[in-house]
Amino acid sequence: MLVYTVKRLGLSVAIILVATAVLFVMVFAIPGDPVSVALGPRASPSVVEAFRERMGLDQPLPIQMLRFYGNLLTGNLGHDVLSGRSVATMVLEQLPYSLTLIAGAMVWSVALGVPLGCYAAMRRGSAVDSIVGVLSVGTIAIPSFVVAIYLLLIFAIGLGWLPAIGAGRSGEFGDQLVHLILPSLAVGLGWVGYLARMVRSTMLEVMGESHIRMAHAFGLPPRLVIFKYALRIAILPTLTLLGLGIGQMLSGTVFAEIVFARPGVGQLVYDAVSVRNYPVVTGAVLVTTAFYVLATLAADLLVASLDPRIRTSLRQ
Amino acid sequence: MTRAFEPASANSAVAHAGRPRRRRPDWLRHLMADRLGMFGLVLVALVVIGAVFADVLTSYDPIRMSPRDRFAAPGLDHLMGTDNLGRDLFTRVLHGGRIALTVAMAATAASLALGVSLGLVAGYGPRWLDNALILLFDALRSFPTVMLALALVTLIGPSLAAVILVVVLSGAPSYGRIVRTQVISLKRAEFVLAERSMGAGTARILFVHLLPNVIGPILILASMDIPVVITIEAGMSFLGLGVPPPTPSWGNILNDGFSFIRESIWPVIAGGVPIIVATLGFTFLGEALRDTFDPRIRKDM
Amino acid sequence: MASGPILEIDGLSVGYATMRGPMRALRDVSMTVPRGGMVGIVGESGCGKSTLMNAILGLMPANGRIAGGRILFDGRDLVGLDAATMRRLRGDRLSVVFQDPMTALNPVHTIGAQMVDIQYRLTGSRAAKRARAAAMLAKVRMPDPRHHLDQYAHEFSGGMRQRICIAMALMAEPDLLICDEPTTALDATLEVQMLDLLRDLQREIGCAVIFISHHLGLIAELCAQVVVMYAGQVVERGSVRDIFHRPAHPYTRRLLDCDPARIRERAEVLPTIPGDVPDLVELPPGCIFSPRCPVAEGRCHTTVPPDVAVADGHHARCLLARPGEGAA
Repeated sequence: MLVYTVKRLGLSVAIILVATAVLFVMVFAIPGDPVSVALGPRASPSVVEAFRERMGLDQPLPIQMLRFYGNLLTGNLGHDVLSGRSVATMVLEQLPYSLTLIAGAMVWSVALGVPLGCYAAMRRGSAVDSIVGVLSVGTIAIPSFVVAIYLLLIFAIGLGWLPAIGAGRSGEFGDQLVHLILPSLAVGLGWVGYLARMVRSTMLEVMGESHIRMAHAFGLPPRLVIFKYALRIAILPTLTLLGLGIGQMLSGTVFAEIVFARPGVGQLVYDAVSVRNYPVVTGAVLVTTAFYVLATLAADLLVASLDPRIRTSLRQ
Repeated sequence: MTRAFEPASANSAVAHAGRPRRRRPDWLRHLMADRLGMFGLVLVALVVIGAVFADVLTSYDPIRMSPRDRFAAPGLDHLMGTDNLGRDLFTRVLHGGRIALTVAMAATAASLALGVSLGLVAGYGPRWLDNALILLFDALRSFPTVMLALALVTLIGPSLAAVILVVVLSGAPSYGRIVRTQVISLKRAEFVLAERSMGAGTARILFVHLLPNVIGPILILASMDIPVVITIEAGMSFLGLGVPPPTPSWGNILNDGFSFIRESIWPVIAGGVPIIVATLGFTFLGEALRDTFDPRIRKDM
Repeated sequence: MASGPILEIDGLSVGYATMRGPMRALRDVSMTVPRGGMVGIVGESGCGKSTLMNAILGLMPANGRIAGGRILFDGRDLVGLDAATMRRLRGDRLSVVFQDPMTALNPVHTIGAQMVDIQYRLTGSRAAKRARAAAMLAKVRMPDPRHHLDQYAHEFSGGMRQRICIAMALMAEPDLLICDEPTTALDATLEVQMLDLLRDLQREIGCAVIFISHHLGLIAELCAQVVVMYAGQVVERGSVRDIFHRPAHPYTRRLLDCDPARIRERAEVLPTIPGDVPDLVELPPGCIFSPRCPVAEGRCHTTVPPDVAVADGHHARCLLARPGEGAA
């Protein structure tokens, strides 16, 4: 297990390093000087020169890259072109809002997706199964920003049941929770479909395995067979899927934060893009990418620790 | 997908044993029997016909403003109403379909071409190159798509090219990985070894022997990615990162409509519904195609 | 307690719904298992052995249906019994050992947890149930049973897993144990050990056993009675002595021919009998075996043979079989 963890961790670090390099090369390889990108074409030469020096842009590319990695190690993601604030601080300030949104989306997707998939598998071929099938494909296909806008239109503007914008007053848990309902549903709805599909197909696979037949042959109560013997196995690939899902949910949060005018990393980056504040953009992209890589790592390790078959094979 | 009647496999084997059939009608019948797939085909046909015959179907200009007609409700004059600048939404939706379909085809083709080539190189090339490419694929795939789009647009500005670049960078690594895995399993296959022993060059083996064997499943996957590409284009345009206004793209229509959502709901509906129709249509059709031609591809992802 | 046979199957017919119409998997099957007796069922794959087992256990697939007949278990008809009552019998008075031990145990729960779960009917502490489980593992000759309780299925070899399955099946000391080719997946040495184990445990517990196999030799070694099945029918049944020395049905004779060493030799698949197993959706008229039968006459292709008693307790479904003489 330890060896596996270390190996898997090493791979994750390598992926993050390469992703960083890709981003770095992108910034410098794409036509258009980052300075003019940041300051606009009309900046005076002396301002440009000062900026170059401050950002270390006067150094050769490999040196810049090494310095960039060095800064990364110390948690320095660079500085906001406009305000001069540390990008790392800015991102960390906004990250909790986005993580709350993702957590909310996960709650929706697990709370709805797993029971729906389970139920559809139990009632295979029934009308409910067909409806769940069509609905899950539908929710997967429809983009989350369209869902977000229509949820806002229906429940906030049309019916007036839920607040339309913001994250709620700080310190008031209930208010924040109410503000979380629609955005998190918008982010999580597609994952309801993914999970329902995944759970349904793995449940069907597991329910067809002969150890389930044996459990039934020993007269075990159906509830015990489904929940303890089958679902426990069927949930494992679902966990891996959820780990991967965090990446797509991160994309979804950008839309949800903009549609519902919530603070968060997405909102931060979006605002930075419009003024071409590229250190903020690259810093935030790096943080979210690293977060995604680590989330998949966590999911893999969790599955490995929950599945005795993998545990044993790792021990040998 | 669930079908209404799925007999146990043993029984269906019995059922098919006695009746050998010709290949072609078989897949066609299979496809036609997929009701959801046929529904998807109808939706896709709607989008395609609307895009192709946009000029015939409406007499309005998709870009010219007519402020006096702003926020008209749907009616005989304006089938879907008008937007904040008095432009006919139905016309803009049809023209937006052109953008969506063009991007879907161009971007999918580009990411297929890049992904398949890199996959062939990774699978057939030396080990270190394979490892390097795999690491690159994984790194590219680990960027959340929207974040990648935001970063790219900061650098090159919103444009059609930016949209295509985002699609290629996020899509090509997946094709690359699959092709690479298939090539590795195929390159030790007997027919490849035989060909090599007869002195065939690398290019011949790659393009005459390996490519035809890996391209089928990849094309099906690509067809299933079309709704994803449409989503990326619409999403980027909605954020103002894609096709610059006033060009009618579904995302732009939605963006304009969202800014005035409290004044009129019709622009938002006109922008969102075609996105839903197109993504659902292509998804249902793609799934039907996959079930028909390659039931082995994993259904879950 | 009734004193009749523990299991009496009378005219059982089972069908499956298929795309081509109903498939008649079992037709008019009758057999008897005496209390504490061992009965072997032999036949090629697809002859209906598994369907028969599932029908007895009440584990029919969704498209299967019992079309007629009775399954009297200890005098009570299992056909039409509601699912909950049937479930109470399973694992308690009726039990089963499946063919493939590699997949029969749950991979994510320990052996001990599974053996405790199947004692859910009993009251008592978890520790007491674990002690019973360990005792049962000792009975199937597992060394160090307490330690094994905390292991997972994949940590055992095939032979060990089958021992665990047998232990689980006999946990409740059932009245009837169905063994569905329990040794097919094991190699020959293990097969002999497993047969010895089964025989010893059967004597100790006194349960009746139905031993399903495609290998006549194994059945002869273990059982007193044999039921020969072909294409969803019982074509011959009787004592081991009758079947081996005076086979009355041509199919049984072909089986014996194909199994020359009879007891020692072991065949994975029965050596071929010319022709195909018949289509059970569109049944041929006449005797089901007639298309492959080496001695078939004209009437065999048109008349369905009745179940004829060729001797006391020896029945055959063949027009050529006569009472009193074994070989027709």
